[in-house]
Amino acid sequence: MHAAEKNALPDLGAAMRVKLGVFVATLRDNGFVAGLAETRDALVILSGAASTRPSRLRPAWRALFCSRQSDWQKFDEIFDAYWLKRGMKSATLLSGSPQKAPAGLKAVSSGARGLGDIQNADHVRRGEDVETTDTGRSRRDGASRTELLSRTDFRHMTQPEDLAEAHELAQRLAKGMRARITRRMRAARTGERLDLRRTIHKSISHGGTPLELVHRRRKEKPLRLVVLLDASGSMSLYSAVFLRFMHGVLDAFREAEAFVFHTRLIHISPALRERDPQRAVERMSLMAEGTGGGTRIGECLATFNRWHAKRCIHSHTCVMIVSDGYDTGPADNLGTEMQAMRRRCRRIAWLNPMIGWQDYAPEAAGMKAALPFIDLFAPAHNLESLKALEPYLARI
Amino acid sequence: MAVTLPQEEIASQMAAVGYIPDRDLATALWLMGSLSRPLLLEGEAGVGKTEVARALALSNDTRLIRLQCYEGLDQSSALYEWNYQRQLLAIKAREGADADEVEAQIFSEKYLLERPLLAAIRQAKAPVLLIDEVDRADEEFEAFLLELLSDFQVSIPELGTITATTIPRVILTSNGTRELSDALRRRCLYHYVDFPDVDREARIILSRLPGIDAALSLQIATMVSLIRKEELRKAPGVAETLDWAATLAGLDIHHLRDEPEAVYETLTCLIKTAEDRARMTRQVTDRLLGKVA
Repeated sequence: MHAAEKNALPDLGAAMRVKLGVFVATLRDNGFVAGLAETRDALVILSGAASTRPSRLRPAWRALFCSRQSDWQKFDEIFDAYWLKRGMKSATLLSGSPQKAPAGLKAVSSGARGLGDIQNADHVRRGEDVETTDTGRSRRDGASRTELLSRTDFRHMTQPEDLAEAHELAQRLAKGMRARITRRMRAARTGERLDLRRTIHKSISHGGTPLELVHRRRKEKPLRLVVLLDASGSMSLYSAVFLRFMHGVLDAFREAEAFVFHTRLIHISPALRERDPQRAVERMSLMAEGTGGGTRIGECLATFNRWHAKRCIHSHTCVMIVSDGYDTGPADNLGTEMQAMRRRCRRIAWLNPMIGWQDYAPEAAGMKAALPFIDLFAPAHNLESLKALEPYLARI
Repeated sequence: MAVTLPQEEIASQMAAVGYIPDRDLATALWLMGSLSRPLLLEGEAGVGKTEVARALALSNDTRLIRLQCYEGLDQSSALYEWNYQRQLLAIKAREGADADEVEAQIFSEKYLLERPLLAAIRQAKAPVLLIDEVDRADEEFEAFLLELLSDFQVSIPELGTITATTIPRVILTSNGTRELSDALRRRCLYHYVDFPDVDREARIILSRLPGIDAALSLQIATMVSLIRKEELRKAPGVAETLDWAATLAGLDIHHLRDEPEAVYETLTCLIKTAEDRARMTRQVTDRLLGKVA
């Protein structure tokens, strides 16, 4: 990386180039998508008119390095922590050895961690695309200290043979679902528009007379599955099983998103996309700190509707909520959010492990409020009960 | 500093054609030219993303070529298509002629239908290419777009490769109905367009409705920003603000607080769903009006 940067612009100080390289690496650690071309362009900006003051440089680099809204919100903080606390002018004057710069970064980032305000840290963690890389681990510390969270759950599902077995079952199930659904769509053969390009191609063998007409039909969307898993204390017996199922789902479905919620909503698809289940669980347990506490379903659904729904849900989406419906927040709040979600998606399936119990009636206030908006209310206390869902999903 | 920075110059050019950019956006527009990268604009509906492209084209006195993306958008409606009807006619008219000759005839420029993307790279003066709501198109189209945006050349099997005569300035907008690929995001400069602050919105009203009272425009901007804070299903966009301002000016209102009735009745310009309408009761409107200086 550094070699390429050096070739790009020889007139900037070596120390500056290294500092920039480390800055870009810091950005990458924070989930930014920045390649070599971006670093090169950052140097171009730096050597141009915009770099006379940090206040001019920052918007320019922000436009360059950011690629989504969550980046946009994070960038200023990272920029200030990295450049302004160390002082940019002194850095350009510095003719120090390249090895010293990374050491300096560590000092800066640990300082920023101590000072970072709680609100911001929490917000960054909630952002849509927070990548949990190994280095991301240390940045989490500040926030978790303030929230005093326990990190007990998800750990007990790491027995390898246990995990492998359940994972395989879930995967088989999910793959079966997808195959059935896509086959059904291929069977639809009528088209609404004439495909002239192909029709002419076919007409060649008939001397230019279009005997065989080729039609075009809309491409069918594969079913998208969005799973929202309740990982609160009352669900702790089941959440491990469902996490394995979600891992299988994300692996097998072409389009799927996974979230875990307890007192907060956490987007865990990036962690679950890890092919190796062991590593996926590792990453996820980092993300899902604080499970085993109370549940604020209404609030978490509100977060989902506000920040994720637009991206995750299209017209052919099934939202699957796995929860026992014990909500510590107000029940009508949950009702409103369920209604809002209902408007967006095709089907809502609510899987409740308690249905499997004898004499269960949905009497929890939250469950009652949510019931009118649910299309399928089904038991789910083990992977077997998930199999029963297959025909339902295939019909959607 | 006596020297005008390029971004400030762009800001004043844009302002001259009726778009008031903030400094960040001006910087992004300037970088777009100097780094020749496309610019990706994201933000809520109605914050004026499309308007940026229009104003940029106008301020550079060049063409705006717009490609509206939708689900199922394919190469033949985005890039080029052969004019099949004419080709068929030509084949019939030349029946019996030499096959090679006919083929050369019907696959010539004359029978080529330019679609926005091809048109954008064949202009004499670099146009502004607006790829609107790119998130509505499929992933496959996005990949194709990525290729076009890096090479700026199109190969048509029957005709050969067409290289861009000028490189258009490309603006993409997205509403977040689908997550865009990292590759496309990385390729683009990014700007998150937020609702304008009160001052800027007042200036926008003034520049679009020159006849309006400056004090009134400030009141309107304040009121709209208060309404946006009211957790509505659909926050009013800048276009709605302008509609409302025009309405109020048309009703010959000079001070919002003097005319609460008219304000309440004309809120239909801003509020677009029944739910929001029910939420913006007379009491709420009066409370917000009380905060408007």
